[in-house]
Amino acid sequence: MKKIIQVQNVKTIFEDKIVHDGLNLSINEGEIYGLLGPSGCGKTTLLREMVMLQNIHYGDIDILGHSLSSISVDEAQGLRKKWGVLFQAGALFSSLSIAENIALPLKEYTDLSQKMINEIVKFKINIVGLKVEDAHLYPSQISGGMKKKAGLARALAMDPKLLFLDEPTSGLDPISARDFDALILELRSLLGLSIVMVSHDLQSIYDTLDRVAIIDEKKIVYEGNLANMKESDSSFIKTFFGKYNE
Amino acid sequence: MSNSSLNISQTQNKLTLNFSGELTLFTFTAHQKTVDSSTLFNSQEVEINLENLSYLDTAGALFLDSLYENLSKKSHTVLFIASNQEITETLNLVKNKKDNTAEIKTQDEKDVISLIGKFTYKNYIGFLSFIAFLGELFATKMHYLKSIRNIRYKEIAFEINESGVKAIGIIALTSFLIGLVVAYQSAYQLKIYGANIFIVDMLGISILRELSPLITAIVIAGRSGSAFTAQIGAMKITEELDAMRTMGFSPYRFLVLPRIIALMITMPILIFISDISAIIGGMLVANLDLKITTELFIDRFNEVVAAKHFFIGILKGPFFAFLIATIGIYRGLMVKNDTQSIGFNTTKSVVESIFAVIVCDAIFSIMFTNLGI
Repeated sequence: MKKIIQVQNVKTIFEDKIVHDGLNLSINEGEIYGLLGPSGCGKTTLLREMVMLQNIHYGDIDILGHSLSSISVDEAQGLRKKWGVLFQAGALFSSLSIAENIALPLKEYTDLSQKMINEIVKFKINIVGLKVEDAHLYPSQISGGMKKKAGLARALAMDPKLLFLDEPTSGLDPISARDFDALILELRSLLGLSIVMVSHDLQSIYDTLDRVAIIDEKKIVYEGNLANMKESDSSFIKTFFGKYNE
Repeated sequence: MSNSSLNISQTQNKLTLNFSGELTLFTFTAHQKTVDSSTLFNSQEVEINLENLSYLDTAGALFLDSLYENLSKKSHTVLFIASNQEITETLNLVKNKKDNTAEIKTQDEKDVISLIGKFTYKNYIGFLSFIAFLGELFATKMHYLKSIRNIRYKEIAFEINESGVKAIGIIALTSFLIGLVVAYQSAYQLKIYGANIFIVDMLGISILRELSPLITAIVIAGRSGSAFTAQIGAMKITEELDAMRTMGFSPYRFLVLPRIIALMITMPILIFISDISAIIGGMLVANLDLKITTELFIDRFNEVVAAKHFFIGILKGPFFAFLIATIGIYRGLMVKNDTQSIGFNTTKSVVESIFAVIVCDAIFSIMFTNLGI
């Protein structure tokens, strides 16, 4: 299998606090990969480093063949068009409607006609399970679950092959959360996505993830599939997954 | 409500502490005082009798536990007598979960030297980050102005409307009143010397050269500078800026440059409007108070007020605009992930930009005077 992301010996230091002390992991094409760990262990920080929102202090991250520590401005710009990111609260642009939010990357990066863009927007809205009738609403007028779906539709607007999700099910009620899991699985098989996500939701972890990396005590304590995880002797794994494994 | 009591009795080598009633966080302070002040602890053996205790909460248990530890340290033999299961469970819970290894850190001691050091360092870092912001601004500008297609005309036009066109009313009104007030105050003085006509010289030079640019800058700093900070700060909190970055839309190109360019375009125009309305205000007072007709005022104005004063005033516009816009936006980008910092940074933005404008004006003043302009 092709590796699309490789994290090599990444160290992160905030002022006088070491967050990561040499992380190594690799993500294969087509899998749903989870970054797990106790809160404050730096999962989201690692995700932010992957999408170039945060500088890496030591080490390197290799994404789709680009090394992030020595990437040029133009390469970085090209790379950004190849992925989609869903933020925890959706992070929709509050001055634009749902449809405009989804249309924005299309408008900026392509020379498609307005009619074509509308078609694409409608398709993306349908694919994430929103109603086209709601497309004219502004982010302040819709519910949290809808915001996440709209954020997902926007992340998918450019048909990326790589998707980053930051706690996709947090803040959703259990039924919407399961729906969202199903949606992610469906989109993966439908669009051939590779997905990297940070999650706390046990059910979602067991339902969706193929492989996981568990960060604890500044290091990766486990990387691999969920079935073999029991053999690890990390205290976090024991307490977090203990009940489930019994 | 205090139905708890403590009896201390002594027999030979044995001291018995007899607790009864409810030992809770509302009741044990009195017992603590009794025990602390007690001088009876000279016996080898201490017995703590909890048989008559009806209820023990965790605070009470902590009290008993620390009493036990104190006594053990002084090499007494301590014995608990308790048969009530609930009470023994509470005691055990406290014993097991009590953490003596770490202390809660208190705030750092406020020693003057370290406070000065921290303050200096913080300001130094703040200054560096502002320089870094200017550097990034310049770098993005170079990168995006490579092609004329990159300029965001729509955003610039929107910002010109927001911070320029919509500000015309308030700027005209403020300037009119300032012209009125300055003229009224000086008219009184000039009348004493019968030097009525000189009001034209005075108003012309002071308003065109100094007052109009300053008044406009201050109004815009309060109006647009604070708006920039709040807008961008709010976008930062809702992760909209991060979302833009990951989609490859540089916030500098979409939010920062259009605002700076728009303000630099509108400021000279607003100063011009402010010039006109302030002079009209002055003319009105001259007409009513000093009996100088409009024709006479304009004639004299033409004669004594050189065009350079007007151009100097206008020239200050883009510089002031740049300061206000960059400080406002920089402060917006400095907003942390909490709502308090929006308020903090908005205040800072207005104060700092007005201060920067006045410093800049002073520099211009010295510069132009020395150049003989």
